[in-house]
Amino acid sequence: MKLRANLVIGGSLFALAILVGLLAPWLAHTDPVMDANLMNAEEPPSWTWWFGTDDQGRDIYSRVVYGARVSLTVGIISQLINSVIGVALGLSAGYFGGWWDDVVNALTNLMLAIPSLIFALAIMAVLGPGLTSLLIALGLTNWSFTCRIARASALSLRSQGYVQAATVLGYGDLRIMITQLLPNMLGPLIVIGTLGMGSAVLSEAALSFLGLGVRPPFPSWGSMLSEAREQITTAPWLSVFPGLAIFLTVLGLNLLGDGLRDILDPQSRSRRT
Amino acid sequence: MTGTPLLEVEDLKLDLDIGSGRVAAAEGVSFRIDRGETFGLVGESGCGKSITALALIGLLRHPLSIGGGVIRFDGKEIQHLSAARQRDLRGNRIAMIFQEPMTALNPVSPVGRQIAEMFVLHKGKSWREANRLAVEALASVRVPAPERRVKDYPHQLSGGMRQRVMIAIALACGPDLLIADEPTTALDVTVQAEIIELMRNLCAERGTAILMISHDLGLVANVCRRVAVMYAGRIVEERGSADIFRAPSHPYTQGLVASLPRLGSRAALGRGRLQEIAGVVPAITNFPEGCRFNPRCAQATEICRTVAPGTDLLEAGGLVRCHHHA
Ligand SMILES: Nc1ncnc2c1ncn2[C@@H]1O[C@H](COP(=O)(O)OP(=O)(O)OP(=O)(O)O)[C@@H](O)[C@H]1O
Ligand code: SF4
Ligand SMILES: [Mg+2]
Repeated sequence: MKLRANLVIGGSLFALAILVGLLAPWLAHTDPVMDANLMNAEEPPSWTWWFGTDDQGRDIYSRVVYGARVSLTVGIISQLINSVIGVALGLSAGYFGGWWDDVVNALTNLMLAIPSLIFALAIMAVLGPGLTSLLIALGLTNWSFTCRIARASALSLRSQGYVQAATVLGYGDLRIMITQLLPNMLGPLIVIGTLGMGSAVLSEAALSFLGLGVRPPFPSWGSMLSEAREQITTAPWLSVFPGLAIFLTVLGLNLLGDGLRDILDPQSRSRRT
Repeated sequence: MTGTPLLEVEDLKLDLDIGSGRVAAAEGVSFRIDRGETFGLVGESGCGKSITALALIGLLRHPLSIGGGVIRFDGKEIQHLSAARQRDLRGNRIAMIFQEPMTALNPVSPVGRQIAEMFVLHKGKSWREANRLAVEALASVRVPAPERRVKDYPHQLSGGMRQRVMIAIALACGPDLLIADEPTTALDVTVQAEIIELMRNLCAERGTAILMISHDLGLVANVCRRVAVMYAGRIVEERGSADIFRAPSHPYTQGLVASLPRLGSRAALGRGRLQEIAGVVPAITNFPEGCRFNPRCAQATEICRTVAPGTDLLEAGGLVRCHHHA
């Protein structure tokens, strides 16, 4: 199998972001929160201060490195919650059909009708800012695509010979859904999950930008952008580096999603075997 | 053989909901299979063979349903069992091999795992033990190098090998009855013969009864001790396999036997045409009055068009459903 450029580049960018997040204590030069020193306020990028410093003299490089933790935690965990909800609803709706399918469909349509960020905003407004609220708000509002795909896959897989054979062999409904249906729809679900992670990173940035995300002073890329907006002309490095971090991470996830689609898509799979 | 037969079907009626009402897709279906016996069900496409099999394993789904009659398995009525109890029977005591062997295996699961799952599901084995039993099961269906083959995915196996795996899965839990619905139609003739031989030997060794379903009377009569011929939702004749060839009693069976190519016959030598039964199978919503075979029957008389024939016992053993049977 030929390695595709989008898979390699996307995978590397995402892997890099994860590594940075994991190794933050070793990569960072200073403590992202504590090491404020007004002597060093608003230094532009230099050999000492790679990404410059902010108006309190904190090292932007170190804050971007630590910010990866928040962005990726929110991206990965909230997307996992979305995937679990979407698969559970969509798979069971497609498999059982009937009234349950109608209920799930109505719910999905409702979710699709409301922009998920607005929905997340509303939830954040109720729960208040913070990491947990972010995870809940973003985890509950972006499962409709996953649900759609899982439902459509379950519908078409239900009539496959091996699903009927499993029924004949005495498999129960749950066992059929887990052993026969789920593994056969995993490809598209992984693709959607990867792309969804990218959009969750963006949503985290947006909510933090609006002041609803992780509480300052702990850095997240979105809150850093938010704090930097007053000084965008006087100290542009304050917004450029967190912005770049968001851009590269989301780009990486989107490329990775595309690359995975190429190799996991059931049609290209059947062409290979 | 001990007292109660393994399977008794009495006067089974299968309803088909066609929106405007119900029609009987099959009715008056009665037969009996003893322990370890081989029994065949033969008939043209659409006569009701598969739905009868599905009724036996409790898998008739809307628009089809059981409209009456009794199915007794191992002496107990099973047609009204709860879904959970029926599921316990399926794959465990009554197994079935599918019409579509090529697609009946999960493409993303190693075949060993699919066999092992039966032991976990029905016998409560640990996965470790089940995996070991799966290798044994694969060896028993004469798959070479079973320790390695268990890790293969279905697409790595030939059609014949896949069907062997299906047989291994079906026989894993040591069922009392194996239903084989056109088990070899998708395979070429030599593989077909091998698979059927294997299935018959394994079942004979283990005392598993076989209900073999096919449109091929020749094939079924070769494998089975007794054969029932179905036409338009009714069993029209039930005989020992040898008898049905020597002296078919129902005009429809006579037509079927006459249409079989036989070694040394003119048909087999390419001269002369196979004798075919003229006419078409009636549609399920449009079964004729009286005997359902009457529009195609050369021996039909007035009574055949009005009165449905009952079943008659034949002196030589067997049953036939015809007013003027031989
Ligand atoms: N799900 C269904 N909905 C409507 N009609 C059905 C359904 N399943 C079966 N039937 C009808 O019931 C009748 C019997 O079908 P069945 O599948 O038992 O035939 P068969 O004897 O197995 O034929 P074949 O040799 O083609 O497999 C047919 O007329 C068929 O059209
Ligand atoms: S009952 Fe009449 S029509 Fe039917 S098979 Fe016998 S002779 Fe033919
Ligand atoms: Mg059939």
